[in-house]
Amino acid sequence: MLRDITIGQYYPADSVIHKLDPRTKLFATLLFVISLFTFRNPVGLGLAAVFMASFIWLSKVPFGYMVKGLRAIVVILIITALFNLFLTPGEPLVKFWIFSISQEGFISAGKMAMRLIFLIIGTSVVTLTTTPNALTDGLEKALRPLNAIKIPVHEIAMMMSIALRFIPILVEETDKIMKAQIARGADFESGNLIKKAKNMVPLLVPLFISAFRRANDLALAMEARCYHGGSGRTKMKPLRYQKRDGIAYMIVIVYFGVMIAVGIWL
Amino acid sequence: MSMILDKVDYKYSPGTAYEKHALREVSLKIEDGQFIGVIGHTGSGKSTLIQHLNGLMKATSGAIYYNGEDIYDKDYDLRKLRQKVGLVFQYPEHQLFETTIFKDVCFGPKNKGLSQKDAELKAFEALRAVGLPENLWYQSPFELSGGQKRRVAIAGVLAMKPEMLILDEPTAGLDPKGRDEILDQVAKMHREWKMTVILVSHSMEDVANYVERLIVMNRGKVMLDGTPREVFAHYKELEEVGLSAPQVTYLMHELRRKGLSVDVNATTLEEAKDSILKTFGAK
Repeated sequence: MLRDITIGQYYPADSVIHKLDPRTKLFATLLFVISLFTFRNPVGLGLAAVFMASFIWLSKVPFGYMVKGLRAIVVILIITALFNLFLTPGEPLVKFWIFSISQEGFISAGKMAMRLIFLIIGTSVVTLTTTPNALTDGLEKALRPLNAIKIPVHEIAMMMSIALRFIPILVEETDKIMKAQIARGADFESGNLIKKAKNMVPLLVPLFISAFRRANDLALAMEARCYHGGSGRTKMKPLRYQKRDGIAYMIVIVYFGVMIAVGIWL
Repeated sequence: MSMILDKVDYKYSPGTAYEKHALREVSLKIEDGQFIGVIGHTGSGKSTLIQHLNGLMKATSGAIYYNGEDIYDKDYDLRKLRQKVGLVFQYPEHQLFETTIFKDVCFGPKNKGLSQKDAELKAFEALRAVGLPENLWYQSPFELSGGQKRRVAIAGVLAMKPEMLILDEPTAGLDPKGRDEILDQVAKMHREWKMTVILVSHSMEDVANYVERLIVMNRGKVMLDGTPREVFAHYKELEEVGLSAPQVTYLMHELRRKGLSVDVNATTLEEAKDSILKTFGAK
């Protein structure tokens, strides 16, 4: 039931996208996300769709897997679309009671929804094709210049990797606790909102206790191995750019340029 | 009155890279009042199997009948089934949440819809049955030792008065004394409450002394099913799948090889002792 959460989950496969340097993927994602906000017409949308479809195809991750990630944002998606639909001023298309839908609203709701969907799917390709470790390694290295202005880049990266690593563990734990309580007759589904919240207590208490215990164990294990932060720490597998990264950078930059151009002239 | 599994098949995450065939057409009949041991290596499907028995997991294909009713029927009330088939998971930490042990044990019977008074009565009985000292009852369950926590967890399920009690690795992580105490207690409950008990374990020694029927799981299939005596006769095959017979079996086979006419099928220490004494007495 909870196994459907795909955010931050790695999908092992042997593909070009999997092999790319995490920094390349981060940079590409950044440009892709920005590009989503440059287009104003269907041509840009189509280009973004083609670009996204091609790297999904290259990644060899089943498409259904990414769509599952969308479930988490369905509510946000609906709310955003509704707001855009009803609150955009313009020539009313349909009118009933105090609501009116304008053509502009209709278009902007569609655009907003598409953007959000592309945003989630596009970014989930990165997390699905990159192990959490590689991702934080890449982030740490890419953000290293920020050390100069006293931002603890290594610590932030470490916290991120731990947080990501713990998602599947805690999801699994939640699943187990739920089962143990359901076996004792707990009911997590029926009842009104207040009753539902109350019914969560038997789930949340063991979960919190377990999370704290795990955090404590981890801190102890890190200390026992003399962890003292990032300074002077070397990597077993340092990140190095390959030829394919150069090609990927070129493709992404060309795509971005085209998107900007389309945004300006079309 | 019994539980029947008909070609139960289960796959984890079907259609993805993580697909795992956990159960392969498992067919079993569990009679009322039996004391059954389920044994298998890690990943053999034993935990998956027992979660099917109370409807926590739904078979990918196949059917399960409890007391003649199909539990996958649309109208079948799975919550009722879970009250009749009590499942205690391996880690008591996953279910303890109340401020006191007593309140925690009341959780099950209260979910069953019993009044506060009846629930407390059931909790009282259950805590008695697992042999937890009364002076601990109003303490926080989080301050207990591992063995005591496990007792509370068992009591928490027992308080629902199930007809069938399933225990997943109830002895994992306990010292030999704690292990024997828990298993003795379970055996006593089986006798006195006339429950069907299913004990899941990966230790042959644990179950050999207690159960009347052993089911050996391997790679999602039932490999052997019979009395401990019958199962341990296949001790060579058990070794091949990473399990072993109790040490007694090895000792008896070794004695037989050295020329003593002992009973190689003795499964418990008691039987072995009698058999050895008999051979010497006969001389």
